[in-house]
Amino acid sequence: MSGGAPTPRPFAKAAREALKDVQLRRNLAKATGTIREKRAAVTGEMPDWQALRGAGQAIKTEVMANLDAYLEQLEASVQARGGIVHWARDAAEANALVRDIVVGEGASEVVKVKSITTDEIGLNDALARVGVTAIETDLAELIVQLAHEPSSHILVPAIHKNRAQIRALFLDAMGLEPGELSDDPSELTAAARRFLRERFFRARVAVSGANFAVAETGSVCVVESEGNGRMCTTLPQTLVTVMGIEKVVPDWRAMEVFLQLLPRSSTAERMNPYTSIWSGVTPGDGPQTFHLILLDNGRTRVLADETGRQTLHCIRCSACLNVCPVYARVGGHAYGSVYPGPIGSILTPQLQDSKEADTLPFASTLCGACYEACPVKIDIPRVLLHLRGRAVQKRRARPGGWASGEDAVMRAAAYVLAEPRRYRLLQRLGRGGQGVLARDGVIAWLPGTFGRWSHTRDLPALPRQTFQEWWEQRGPGERTAEEGA
Amino acid sequence: MRISLFVPCFVDTLFPSAAKAMVEVLERLGHDLDMPPGQTCCGQIHVNSGYRSEAAGLARHFVDVFRGSDVVVAPSASCVGLVHDVYPDLARESGDAALVGDVTGLLPRVHEFSQFLADEQGVDDVGAYFPHRVTLHTSCHSIRVLKVGDAPQRLLAGVKGIEVVPLPHADECCGFGGTFAVKNAETSEAMLSSKIANVLSTGAEIVVAADNSCLMNIGGALSRQRAGVRTLHLAEVLASTEARPWSRGSGPA
Repeated sequence: MSGGAPTPRPFAKAAREALKDVQLRRNLAKATGTIREKRAAVTGEMPDWQALRGAGQAIKTEVMANLDAYLEQLEASVQARGGIVHWARDAAEANALVRDIVVGEGASEVVKVKSITTDEIGLNDALARVGVTAIETDLAELIVQLAHEPSSHILVPAIHKNRAQIRALFLDAMGLEPGELSDDPSELTAAARRFLRERFFRARVAVSGANFAVAETGSVCVVESEGNGRMCTTLPQTLVTVMGIEKVVPDWRAMEVFLQLLPRSSTAERMNPYTSIWSGVTPGDGPQTFHLILLDNGRTRVLADETGRQTLHCIRCSACLNVCPVYARVGGHAYGSVYPGPIGSILTPQLQDSKEADTLPFASTLCGACYEACPVKIDIPRVLLHLRGRAVQKRRARPGGWASGEDAVMRAAAYVLAEPRRYRLLQRLGRGGQGVLARDGVIAWLPGTFGRWSHTRDLPALPRQTFQEWWEQRGPGERTAEEGA
Repeated sequence: MRISLFVPCFVDTLFPSAAKAMVEVLERLGHDLDMPPGQTCCGQIHVNSGYRSEAAGLARHFVDVFRGSDVVVAPSASCVGLVHDVYPDLARESGDAALVGDVTGLLPRVHEFSQFLADEQGVDDVGAYFPHRVTLHTSCHSIRVLKVGDAPQRLLAGVKGIEVVPLPHADECCGFGGTFAVKNAETSEAMLSSKIANVLSTGAEIVVAADNSCLMNIGGALSRQRAGVRTLHLAEVLASTEARPWSRGSGPA
């Protein structure tokens, strides 16, 4: 929540609202369409792309199997190079750690980069409660912060805003007169740059996320495009990095794989403009105090789930968002979480335990475009199905959970389909009963929940004969060719 | 070759003409067919909605029905995809070692119609004649779960008289997704409206696919909009010959 907390809502309801926003639909279609094509080009030119994906998957699988050991190795390496390592079980612990560091430094303002993990824990709000202003320095995150909105995309948080909307926000936030700023993208960028530079130069503390941390050498890595990350990680005297425990990688050979996979999948670039890497502190150069906060916040629970644990392989590239036909229409806010799109649909319900989050695994047609695009081969459709199963089990465990209409229909369907005679009886009943609904071979109106199908779609009427009936009537060994049509 | 037909429940009930067409093509190619009795549903509805233990029961029924079959062929990439992709998980979760063994043994014998013809049998020309302008929707489960590749395209290319117009964004989902179309009806409609726009842009008379599920969705909207474009399963195109060409039968257009 660079600029406000996402509101948890059932997905279908939130999506219904989002679909009405014509501007959003246009912006999303254009932005995701463009990046989709570019990504296809820069991954297609790599002769070993599939092998790289396999390597990425293998490294992450191995890391998850030995996560405890790698984290302790990382801790030791960071400490050996003068950094301070903290462990946070949950959001409250992580926020308290950051708050105490910032307050201890006497800072009333912090600059931030790579903020999705700190959005997950609600750090900005926690800092605001002790009078500390957190300033997002990524252009798009600054935009959504000024709009008091949550991000709507992992990589391009302001994908839902166009330049006229951004100009209006800047005029207001920067105290400019309408004549002083046009909606020309280069003017808008220059205005943001002036606004941010002042804050970079006066900041005493920066807070960052991390793309990777190398256990072998205790090196933390931030990958970005605008140089704001470089500013944050070099100018202030104190740097605090909040990192999910799953971001650790063993060594620099692993980095070779991920630094190829990430930019091409994410911004569709061969290499991103800025890759900042620091190992502890360097006397006389850059931050002189470095804190690394290792955040769990539900991740060990995800790790314990055999099918779900691959969710932790995610390198936050957002390729799955850009190829997802659902995301491309409803945008990020409909997911009610800092993690939108297909990856959010499997990550959010594993990190949060709520009815709203449990609607997310159903926010997919299981088309598989996400799995195909994922640079570390997370089998998102399989995890979605697994989490749908878990959502049903959770509902059944609640009082009256078995009494839901859907549950009754599904149990009845299982009863009918378990026995061929019942199945065929139901077919005959359906054929007999459709008389009131079927006209000219189609059913244009269906009752109850099924009406949500027939609102815009016809359904074919049940033909006079099922295939099985036809086959039996035709007799054994009777060839089509001999039938004469 | 002796082939067992797997006719999924919604094909049996709503689209029997697709299964009849599959029979016609396979017999024309000289295969002996049987229809193992007792077929109901592979469990897709239950898996899709999260009712996995119920689905495991249907998986058990499925392996019993096809236990004696050497080769199983179905006109649905979606249902065959489920058998290949999800049955092993269901069997493992059920804790039933016999089911795990049965599923492992049965999987290599279950094929989707177009992949069976073009890849397993290496047949591109099935002797079909279909003098119409068509466009092909490459269903998600055919290309991304079963990885049928261009099997449907190759089969269509072998059809005499046909004009195949490329469908823009053919590989993008039509918005069906089983219960998704009801649970998230509005999002489904938004996706479907793009698919329909792409279909109409081709000027085709007929949208073809290897899955009746997508075709039910696409055809449902085309019918409601009186778009003058109809849907047809790939098998129905391939069943049409010069001697007995396909003709517009009943059913939604």
